[in-house]
Amino acid sequence: MKFVRGFGRFWYDLIIGDDWKIAVAVVVTLALGTGALLAFGVTALVLTPLLGAALMVAFAIAVVIDVRGR
Amino acid sequence: MNAAAWGLGAAVLPAAIVEAVEALTIVLAMGMTRSWRSALLGVAAALVTLAAFTAAAGYALATWLPEAALQLAVGGLLLIFGLQWLRKAILRSSGRKAVHDEDQIFAAEVAAARQAGALKRSGLDWFSFMVSFKGVFLEGVEVVFIVITFGLSAGNLPVAIGAAVLGVLLVLVAGIAVRGPLSKVPENTLKYGVGLLLAGFGTYWAIEGLGIFTESRRSLDWPGADLAILVLVAAWFGLSRLLVRMLRQPTPSPSAPGGRP
Repeated sequence: MKFVRGFGRFWYDLIIGDDWKIAVAVVVTLALGTGALLAFGVTALVLTPLLGAALMVAFAIAVVIDVRGR
Repeated sequence: MNAAAWGLGAAVLPAAIVEAVEALTIVLAMGMTRSWRSALLGVAAALVTLAAFTAAAGYALATWLPEAALQLAVGGLLLIFGLQWLRKAILRSSGRKAVHDEDQIFAAEVAAARQAGALKRSGLDWFSFMVSFKGVFLEGVEVVFIVITFGLSAGNLPVAIGAAVLGVLLVLVAGIAVRGPLSKVPENTLKYGVGLLLAGFGTYWAIEGLGIFTESRRSLDWPGADLAILVLVAAWFGLSRLLVRMLRQPTPSPSAPGGRP
């Protein structure tokens, strides 16, 4: 059990790191993009740059929240 | 080599250099204060473990996942991982996080090595062995992660591996020449650059991979195809500079020690 917990902790620290909000921002934005793709049939050439911009906004919000909370 | 392969090499090489410099500092501290033989055996054991891990993870990902799913999973992980690097670079540039200082880290490792008691068994100094193993393995896993995610997404694992090996060799040669921690390597700038590249490529592949949810299960197309990566890296750079400016810690004026003009 200790090994499993340590193994999980290792990967969490490696990928998620100090600020989990960034991972949440990425996952939520990609999920919303998938929704737009499937539900509204937004074309790829429109969706891809829009999602790219959305990821940047989500990252900026996560960083600002993190800094303000310190 | 095409433009994508050069981009791949340009991202993996500095990442490998940065992590190798950090690992070298730890190994040097153990070798110079305790036992070179044990420290180098720790390095060898870590390298063997890393090679096995790279082969297993690379094979499993490349074999089991279809292309779009691979781009989504690997691109998503690369993006989250890269944004952590970018976040730290922004915090360091804005004065909200201490910059990485190899001399300081080396001094701390040397002090810890001197304080630790004798741990000799079977002719090995286990403290040196374990600290070197852990240092090389942990820094190495970050490089392996970048090599696998980048190499698989770009469809060019050999270039990614070659760039990583080159980075490690460059640091090794410089370390042997300098015989001390490589504090002159601009680690913080390199990390900033790697963070931008990981964020740019990760954004491109993660979004491209959403095509796995469509009927065709094919990757989504970006306007301008691969050229979009350049635009993304430039946009991440612009955003990071904006955030650095917004979050910059006000430094007290030298003429007004009390803080007020």
